[in-house]
Amino acid sequence: MTKIERTGLTRRALLARTAAAGTLCVTGAGFIAAPDAAWAMEVSVISEHQMATLLQLARDIYPHDRVADQYYAVAMKGYDSEDRRALVEEGVAALDAAAQKAGHPDYLSMGWEEDRVNILLQQEDSAFFQTVRGGLVTGLYNQKDVWPIFGYEGESFSKGGYIERGFDDIDWL
Amino acid sequence: MTAPFDLNDDSVVVVIGTGAGGGVLSNELAQKGVSVVALEAGGRYLPEDYINDEWESFGQLAWVDPRTTSGDWRVAKDFSGLPAWIVKAVGGTTTHWAGASLRIQDHEWKALTNYGAVEGASLLDWPIDGAEMAPWYEKAETKLGVTRTGDRAGLPGNNNFKVFEKGAKALGYQEVHTGRMAINSAEYDGRLACQQTGFCFQGCKWGAKWSAAYTDIPAGEATGNLEVRENAHVARILHDDSGKVTGVEYFDKDGNLQMQKARIVCVAGNSFESPRLLLNSASNMFPNGLANSSDQVGRNYMRHMTGSVYAVFDKPVRMWRGTTMAGIVQDEARHDPSRGFVGGYELETLSLGLPFMAAFLNPGGWGRSFTTALDSYENMAGMWIVGEDMPQATNRVTLNADVKDQHGLPVANVHFSDHPNDIAMRNHAYKQGTAIYEAVGATRTFPTPPYPSTHNLGTNRMSENPEDGVVNKWGQTHDIANLFVSDGSQFTTGAAENPTLTIVALAIRQADHIASEMAAGAI
Repeated sequence: MTKIERTGLTRRALLARTAAAGTLCVTGAGFIAAPDAAWAMEVSVISEHQMATLLQLARDIYPHDRVADQYYAVAMKGYDSEDRRALVEEGVAALDAAAQKAGHPDYLSMGWEEDRVNILLQQEDSAFFQTVRGGLVTGLYNQKDVWPIFGYEGESFSKGGYIERGFDDIDWL
Repeated sequence: MTAPFDLNDDSVVVVIGTGAGGGVLSNELAQKGVSVVALEAGGRYLPEDYINDEWESFGQLAWVDPRTTSGDWRVAKDFSGLPAWIVKAVGGTTTHWAGASLRIQDHEWKALTNYGAVEGASLLDWPIDGAEMAPWYEKAETKLGVTRTGDRAGLPGNNNFKVFEKGAKALGYQEVHTGRMAINSAEYDGRLACQQTGFCFQGCKWGAKWSAAYTDIPAGEATGNLEVRENAHVARILHDDSGKVTGVEYFDKDGNLQMQKARIVCVAGNSFESPRLLLNSASNMFPNGLANSSDQVGRNYMRHMTGSVYAVFDKPVRMWRGTTMAGIVQDEARHDPSRGFVGGYELETLSLGLPFMAAFLNPGGWGRSFTTALDSYENMAGMWIVGEDMPQATNRVTLNADVKDQHGLPVANVHFSDHPNDIAMRNHAYKQGTAIYEAVGATRTFPTPPYPSTHNLGTNRMSENPEDGVVNKWGQTHDIANLFVSDGSQFTTGAAENPTLTIVALAIRQADHIASEMAAGAI
């Protein structure tokens, strides 16, 4: 998509298109929801645009195509707070500025992950990026509901361990 | 019944720390009728308290008091405030350890003699050897119930081991088995056999893995000769005008400073806290810290040459099922300089749960290179590399006066840089580990950098000559007759083996020595 084609599209329209492509959408009035209404979250301190950008950023840092947006939303919800406001405002502004420099209206409207990642590679030493990345390591991967998607079974003590439940059941060697 | 000792009782032996060194020493002394006050900085947790959830357990057990780091090791960048993954609790890191129980090999006791001088390394021979230690090792193996020693059977191999074993044998490795482990393969010493539950690092909820927390500590307390004071953080060791130590000051659970008198003080706070305590105990008489006339306190910090290799296959492995460290290849543990380095290394299977894999596979990593690895978590196998690293005088624990802990005490700064020998050995091990997995069809392999250290060694090292180290062959400080070091900081060199068995053997031997010296009135 060329720069000219994108010019003139409103943020709302871009986000709606993004939603149509299958990711989250901003519904306005401090409310973000999945296109299929599988989940929704309210923002009260930061803007919908900022939260939507954070969610895209989270996916771009740790992209797992089989992990639904709702888990990323859980990991990022804490950024909707007064003590994170400045960090988020500055960080999202920097992403959008870099996107504009690359000929896009903002970060969210960059259609290809590869293009967004190129921007992140320039900013990966920033406090904003490192805070978001570091927070996701526990914020995303320590959600028990995420574990089954990766096949991880978590604790087994309550089931008596694996002594009779396949600790040595490998059959393809 | 637990013995309560008076703060002014100057007949007691004070042991600082209750892990593999201090916990065992406390019990062994108590069994011999010696009165012991063990001061433990952490709280008391037993199998019913352990949490089989990686981060939650870390929050319960890990030593997270502030520390700082420097040097070119990657841990200083990725985990700058967490140089070690060790435990602050009664039982110390025996709660967390994987259970591997290997004797130091004969040639490793005499590293300087057998390897020759290595540029940039401060290699030294231990003042003891394998023959001296053999009976103490046997006692330690019996205490811990080590598999494949005595008449104890090995553990069964889990999926992670089976992948590892097949690859290792395809490469021609001979010494491949499920390890000599302080994890019961059958009921032993009133403790259950391993139930293949995983989470060995989070404390064994079955008690199948030996930990001082539920073996030596209660056994010592049952004699009536051992009092364990929990949440007691020692600030300073005191001495008199003759230079003998007289007691310790510690912060109790309420943060109040207390003073416990002592006939003998034994320091066993792990290789960061032990030198830190000696350095923080500086006085007019000992301005460079206690037992530090050699200037060796804190120096020669070793952490083993470590790293991991994880690999992804086209089919599931489910490596987290069962014993965390489920097997070993020992062929590379020999000293064979033709490989381009002195000393050797062990390969031991290891698994991490998804949360810790995300944190440790490639710290700081992001993007699809990283996430596609985790996407294949179920198909992953893993091993840990543990080899002998070179002692270097400049790798050291010092006091960082700019950073204070919750008690206002200067924290330990841990400075570490790899020696070229460490790097050559790690690269060799990465290559061999990768080859093992490729021999069974790995589609992708990951040479994973070292985690925060669990094997912390050498910062109060044992030496024949008082100028070369801090303690003599009994762990007694060269400078002060009634001050001992009883943990892994005594290690003269690191050897390739997981250190706990040696720490335990040294503690049993030291208890025997201290009790007989006390009986003789020598200390």
